[in-house]
Amino acid sequence: MHLVYPAVLSALLFCTGLYGVLARRNAILVLMSVELMLNAVNLNLVAFDVWLSRAATETLHSGQALTLFTIAIAAAEIGIGLAIVLAVHRNRGTSDIDRLRDAAEGPDDSDDGPDSDAAARARAAEKAEATA
Amino acid sequence: MSIAAASHGFLSPTGVEIAFLLVGLVTFGAALVTVTTRQLVHAALWLVVALGGLAVEYLLLTAEFIAWVQVLIYVGSVVVLLLFGLMLTKAPIGRSPDADSGNRWAALAVAVAAATALVWVVVDAFRTTWIDLDGAAAGSTKVTGESLFRNWVLPFEALSVLLLAALVGAIVLSRKAKAAAPAAARTPGAHDDRGAKEGAR
Repeated sequence: MHLVYPAVLSALLFCTGLYGVLARRNAILVLMSVELMLNAVNLNLVAFDVWLSRAATETLHSGQALTLFTIAIAAAEIGIGLAIVLAVHRNRGTSDIDRLRDAAEGPDDSDDGPDSDAAARARAAEKAEATA
Repeated sequence: MSIAAASHGFLSPTGVEIAFLLVGLVTFGAALVTVTTRQLVHAALWLVVALGGLAVEYLLLTAEFIAWVQVLIYVGSVVVLLLFGLMLTKAPIGRSPDADSGNRWAALAVAVAAATALVWVVVDAFRTTWIDLDGAAAGSTKVTGESLFRNWVLPFEALSVLLLAALVGAIVLSRKAKAAAPAAARTPGAHDDRGAKEGAR
């Protein structure tokens, strides 16, 4: 098999995931896009490992071992990520990452304005009361 | 270059290549739908198609063990966890008009630029490289297990500690002093997935 086929497919999948991470608004959809990017890397690792296991005489099968490690780390990452998203959703009532701007820095939050900031704070306080 | 091209034939793809291309098209299309659809639950379901297509690609590359691990872990547990997350955050069923943020055109430009650059470089670099798929499978369970437990034992054990830490972290993050109904609903699932993974490996 031509090595270009898996390599190109993995590059395209990675860029699809990149678009998803940058363009999506829901935090869980962003996590899905991260999964797509990790899978693209896995495909690359497997393809090059299969190629090297024939081209080289002595190989550690590092590509497949690293693929297994990536899959395990991705599972851990999705567990932790979903726990964080659920905690944020419980405290804020939203999983919309465009609205989670508390850590945003700026001269005076010029794009947000003090009004919407105060409104967001009031909404957060309301939500905290509701959950307490 | 000429020798490799002559022995393989540049424009006469083999059956495996045609199968890889078709499954790859399905996988890429499913991935595109995943990142563009406005129905959130459909995104998770199309992700199943994309991940399953990747498992078939692993099989075509003779990496059997990775393929089944992919089916078990990704299709079996990660997508289920994602669906749980969508349900628990009260994601709207049906079309949601604000699924994409305002910077989607910038994101599209970045993604297309990255895809162009990557595909160009990769095609230019590996134009004359062929994978030899004949003979014994390169990723059978025996080969993978031997290499994993002969050369990669220490990272493997470190990874089990990492999984334990992730498990504890997920429980700590999702439990609350009271009214922990969502946490109670999802932490057993996480438990079982991790346990199944450890068992599968």
